[in-house]
Order: sequence, then C-alpha cells, then structure tokens
Amino acid sequence: MKSLRFILPLLVFVVLLMFLWVGLSLNPREVPSPLVGKPAPAFQLARLDDPAKTLADKDLRGQVWLLNVWASWCVSCMEEHPVLVELSKQGVVPVYGLNYKDQPAAAQQWLARNGDPYTLSMVDPDGKVGIDYGVYGVPETYVIDKAGVIRYKQIGPVTPKVLSEHILPLVKRLQAS
Amino acid sequence: MIPELGHFALIVALCIAGVQAVLPLIGAQRGDATWMALARPAAQGQLVFVVIAFACLAWSFVANDFSVLNVASNSNSLLPLRYRFAATWGSHEGSLLLWVLMLNLWMTAVSVFSRRLPSEMVARILSVMAMISIGFLLFLLFTSNPFERLLPAAADGRDLNPLLQDPGMVIHPPMLYMGYVGFSVAFAFAIAALIGGQLDATWARWSRPWTTMAWAFLTVGIAMGSGWAYYVLGWGGWWFWDPVENASFMPWLVGTALVHSLAVSEKRGGFKIWTVLLAIIAFSLSLLGTFLVRSGVLTSVHAFATDPKRGIFILAFLALVIGAALALFAWRAPKVGLGGAFALISRESALLVNNVLLFVAAAAVLLGTLYPLFLDALGLGKISVGPPYFESVFVPLMAPAVFLMGIAPFARWKQDQPLDLARRLKWALAVAIASALLLPFTLGLWTPLLALGILLAVWVAVAGVVNVRERVLQLRASTSVPVSTALRRLPRGYWGMLVAHFGVAVFIVGVTLVRGYEVEKDVRMGPGDTVAVGGYQFRLDGLKRIQGPNYDATRGVISVTRDERPVATLHPEKRFFTVQQMPMTEAAIDTGLTRDLYVSLGEPLQDGAWVVRVYYKPFVTWIWGGAFLMALGGIIAVTDRRYRLARRDAIAPTTNAPTAVAQVA
Repeated sequence: MKSLRFILPLLVFVVLLMFLWVGLSLNPREVPSPLVGKPAPAFQLARLDDPAKTLADKDLRGQVWLLNVWASWCVSCMEEHPVLVELSKQGVVPVYGLNYKDQPAAAQQWLARNGDPYTLSMVDPDGKVGIDYGVYGVPETYVIDKAGVIRYKQIGPVTPKVLSEHILPLVKRLQAS
Repeated sequence: MIPELGHFALIVALCIAGVQAVLPLIGAQRGDATWMALARPAAQGQLVFVVIAFACLAWSFVANDFSVLNVASNSNSLLPLRYRFAATWGSHEGSLLLWVLMLNLWMTAVSVFSRRLPSEMVARILSVMAMISIGFLLFLLFTSNPFERLLPAAADGRDLNPLLQDPGMVIHPPMLYMGYVGFSVAFAFAIAALIGGQLDATWARWSRPWTTMAWAFLTVGIAMGSGWAYYVLGWGGWWFWDPVENASFMPWLVGTALVHSLAVSEKRGGFKIWTVLLAIIAFSLSLLGTFLVRSGVLTSVHAFATDPKRGIFILAFLALVIGAALALFAWRAPKVGLGGAFALISRESALLVNNVLLFVAAAAVLLGTLYPLFLDALGLGKISVGPPYFESVFVPLMAPAVFLMGIAPFARWKQDQPLDLARRLKWALAVAIASALLLPFTLGLWTPLLALGILLAVWVAVAGVVNVRERVLQLRASTSVPVSTALRRLPRGYWGMLVAHFGVAVFIVGVTLVRGYEVEKDVRMGPGDTVAVGGYQFRLDGLKRIQGPNYDATRGVISVTRDERPVATLHPEKRFFTVQQMPMTEAAIDTGLTRDLYVSLGEPLQDGAWVVRVYYKPFVTWIWGGAFLMALGGIIAVTDRRYRLARRDAIAPTTNAPTAVAQVA
C-alpha cells in the first residue's frame, strides 16, 4: 500500500496521456441539450450599450432569434466572430448576445475592435442567466423560436458549416411556420 | 549546397547523440571508465554539428535562399536583416532547431562545469540528455525538416508573421527556450541520481545552481514575452492566460517550487523524493508545453502552424520520456530514506507549504489549460476557459505563499518558536498593515484587492530589510566587524534570495497598481482633437502615411502635455504588411518609472478620424522590473562562494579516484 503513492504520479500521467491522445483525434461535436424543446428560461438583463435599459425574453417573443453567449476573454469567440458578423450583415435572423462573466468596458472594447454582430447584447456579469441556460462554456449559441422555445443549441464556435447545415435551415423552417 | 550541409550536420549530430545516449550509460553500470569518458567529447561534438546546422539555416535566411521551403514560407527579400536572422527561429521547424541548440548548449555546459562530479554521475546525466536530444533530432528530421527544398524555388518569400517582426521577438524565444530546456539538466540530474541510487545532499547541491540558472532564464523569457504582448498586441494587457503563455508558466511555477525544495534537500537532506518528483515534473511540463503549442490541440492567439502527425510524434515522445521517468521514480523512490525531522513551526514547514501552494497553483493552471481539451475529448464541445477562472484560483493560492515569503527567512531550520517569530516580525507586519490601510487612500481609491496587494508587497520588502538587519547584528555580536564588512560577509546565496523576493514585491506593486488605477479610454479622434486621461492631455496633431521596408503605415503624431508643459510626443502606427496582407498595431508608449502613457491606433473612421486607444498605466513597468529582479536574484545566488569552493575542494579527491580518466577527458 505504501509504495502505491510512488506509482500515483505515473497513473495520473497515464490518464492525462489518454486525454491528450483522444484530444488529438477527436473533433468537437454537438451535444443534445436537455433544454432543447423546452421554453427558454426567463431573464431580464441590463443592456451592454446602455446599462440603464433592460431587455427581457418576453420582448423577443414573436420572432425567431439567436442567443449567442460570448465574452471578451474567450479565445474561441474570436474564431466564430467573423461568422456572426457576416450573418448579421445578411440580416436573416437577429442575433442577441449574452455577455457572460465579463467586464462591460472590456466587452465594449472587444466589440469596437472586432465588429458588433449583435442586435443587442445583454450583460450577465456573474453568469446567473448562464446557469439557467446550462452554459458549459463560452461560446454557445441557441436558436429560439417565435413561442420562446429553444430549438437548437450549439456548444463551441459557430462555424460556416454549422451555420449553413443546421442553424440557417432551422431558422428558415421556424420563420415559415 | 548549404542547406544540404545543415541537413547532413543534423544527421551526424543524431548519430553522435545515439552513441552518447547508450555507451556512457552502460559504462556507468559496468564501471567502465573508457565508455563513461565518451560522454563529454560526445556532448561537445554534438554541439558542434548542431551549431553547424543552425548556422546553415540562419545563412539560408540571411542570404534569401527561397529554394528552401522554410525560408520561402517565413521570410521575404524586403524583410530587414535582423528579422531575417530572427526568422531562423520564427517557424515551427526553426524553433525546434533552436530547442535542440539550447539543449546542446546546456549539455556542453554540463560537460565543462562538472569536473567535481563523479564520472558515473556525469555519464548518466549526459546520457539522459542525449536521449532527449535524440527525440528532438528525430522529430526534426522526420516531421519538420527545416532544410526541405522547394523546387522550383520561389521568386520571393511569403514573409515572416508581422507579429514576430519586433525586436522583442529576436530575444524572447532564445531566452524562453534556455529556461524551458534548462530544466532538462535538473531532470537529467534527478534521473541519474535515481539510477545510481545516490539521492543525497551532494546531489541537491550539484543540481541547485543549474536549476536556479534555468529558472532565471525562464523568468526573463516569460517577462519578455509578456512585455512583447503588451506593446505589440496593442491592447495594453500584459498577461492573457493564453494556453501558450500557460505552457511556459506551469514549468515556471513548478521550477520555483523546485528551487525552494532543493534548498531543503541541500541544507537538511529533506524533501528528497519530493524534489526528485518536482525535477521530473518541471521538465515534463516543458515537454507538455511543447506538445500543446506544436500539436494544435488547443486554440491559442499564438497562431503556429500545426499538424496532427507532429502531435502524434511529440505525444509518443512525451509518453516515452515522462512515462519512463515516472516509472523509474515509482521503482526507485521507495528506497530513498527520509530526511531530518522538523517541527510544525520551522523553515522546512514554511518551504513545504510554499511548495504545496506553488504546486497546486501549477496544477490549477494545468487544469484550466486542459479543461477545454478534456471536455472536447469527452465529447462535450469546444469551450474556452478564461481569465475569470485563472484569477479566481490564482490569487487565493499565491497570497498565503507570498505572506510566508516574509516569514520563512526568519524561521530556523528544524524548529522555531512562534512567539519569537512574531516578536521579530511585528514591526514589518505593522508597517505593511499601515501601508495597506493608508496608501490606497493617498492614491485616490481604496479596495480590498488593492490593500491586499500593497500589504503583501510592503510585507515582503520590509521583512527583507528587517532580516538583513538581524543577520548583520548577529554577525557583529560575534565578531564586532563594521556594518559594511558584515554586509559583505553575508553569502551571495542569501543576497540572491533577498533580491528575488524583493523582485516579487516589486512585481506585486506593478500588478496591483496597474489593476487598481489604470485609465483606459477608447476615443474618436480627428486631427486637432484633445483627450484628457490620468491628468495628461493627449492631442492628435496629425496623421501621415509612411512607407516601411515591407509595410505601409499610417502614423499618428500625438503630443502629450501635463499642466501645459510638454511631456512627450508619441507616434503610434497602424501598419499594413503588404506580403502577408495583415494589419498590425504598433503602440507608442512613453515609459516612466511610475507610469506608462500608452497610445495605439484602432480603426479608421469617416472624415480622417480614428478610434484611438489612450491608456494611462501606473507602475506597469514594475511588473517586468520585478521579474528581472527575480532573475537577477537567481543569478546572484548561483555565484555563491560555496558552489565555487566545492569545485576547488573536489579536485584533490577526484584525481585520486579510479575514474580519473573521465575527469581528464
């Protein structure tokens, strides 16, 4: 038993190695969220551009919209950002940002620097709304329909492929119904 | 011809490394002096060929040989000479060659400065280092040949990544790699000691200066990288908790723990198993860092070319080196005896807690860095762990460690009286608390974090001064020499420790004050507009187009005044690199001891106006000043008399030893 603790570093390393091995070969894939098909959790949050005003989920009823969880400290957000900026230029579907656990000043700078694809961004400084939505990490994107039901969840960056194969067809269907 | 020569030199180096890895090790097991004696000339010969290879690659870059793929991809005929030279290590292949060059420099240094070591030890150390060298040489030759030809040759190169076209980039990677790779010496010492079963205070004394030296290089390397990010990325940030930064920071944290744990091993014969494990882990993290950076398993702002085949190679190498080292550890460590016992209140305890805190901090950084990878591997998606996580775990871990830094130099080995310690330190604590309560008010804002930072910084600095006073008084009580003589009699190792700890205090001041009092403004400015930041007036006098060697730029002229008096004229630039089609922000900074004025150009707006970022950064240079002091402390400690004395003493016994051949060779 006593010599077990000397093997411990080796065992920890082997586990780490397995993760690294899998990390080399696996690709990120979408995970079904328990919230898909359920009503989007309610929120009422201050707006990033004007903290005096708030935005609630009810204000967005009657339209199909995307909720994109982002933060200025998030490296993967940089990756998806051009895709969102391009999407916002097309004006197909409004994208609302949930600025997650961030400093408002840093967030505004980030948007000024990289372009602002959001119709509006809301501020979730301590991540409370993020918990309601079951945010694993940043970035995440939700498709929410006219009745306020979550129809799709993308964990990780929105790639052009995800956008054209999953999100946009879904948005078109939902908008038509 | 020259590139082929370099390629051939690498193959020769690989062959020499093969000999150096096998024969001396067998010689050490069999007690064969001739085979052991091969280690030193082999190490030096290997260096010669690696230097030739490196020089060939550098020549190809300097001479614009665009028939070499690496040169064509990473250089351009318009690139200034110094960057063409630095481009030698600007690519993946070149940086690996730099890695091997550094490893060989350390190896040769060990072969030269090891006259006092038993030849078995030297043979084993150089053999272990040669094994690492083999791994990297194979990696270079099979997956990342820097000399690969491009036929037909390109007319011109694709240019060096503009981010790397900076004086800091010329020095930062060599420094960082010196540190990274330097831990291979401590690693090889540990492995050699495990093989030979000779884990004692002498072993700790031998490996200590090497470890401290590597640690000092790493400290400078990280500080320079941080300084580079500060003025090149144009955001005014100095640390981003980016995976590549973390890759260098983890070995630093463990290396810091190792430097302290070696002190206990040397002075008290304790913590031996722990020290060996730390030596293995420090270098393992250097290798892991290489893997993370080179394999592309993590997203990072450092956009290096990545290739899964290379990832698999490094992973296999990682598994082999670290796996074998940890297996050896599991096998041999249980036989190592325990060191001297110590009480709860003693210097050993303080250093043990410091070690645990540093180690946990490194583990927390590792977890945060790899967490996205873990989730990804478990199929839970790609995410990013950011500064909120790192800062919330890091500060609570480091605060008690820094607090202990003030106490540990006072505590006696083995056992001390808590009341006595409290009595000796009460003034230092009083000054620290008073500063923490009052100083932020005089600066205009009091927050708990500001107070904590100032408390810790003042505490460490004042405790250091009190400690010197105590040591001088002790010396004078026994010898009654004048103060200046007493100061000179304090050993260099002690001064090194003080300077390094003082560096930590300076660093904390920088971090705390810049966090608490910085002013950042992103404003729209047209020619003639003025903005006030931090008591300074910034006036945009005008903008002009200028032509660089390989870029076009818009240069702003901003005059800074304070109370109508001119302070500085700043020239921030927005450069557009024509070959790479990439814009770059060149911030203009007026540096001062107590503040930086930082101006960078954002995006152009209508009517010739620009978004201009104007930052006032109080005490930001103290961050790097502190880091340089830490490194300086390390260098001072390495020059301690006892390491030189030990060398001189060792001459007599070793010349009589049966293995004298190895010493001569």
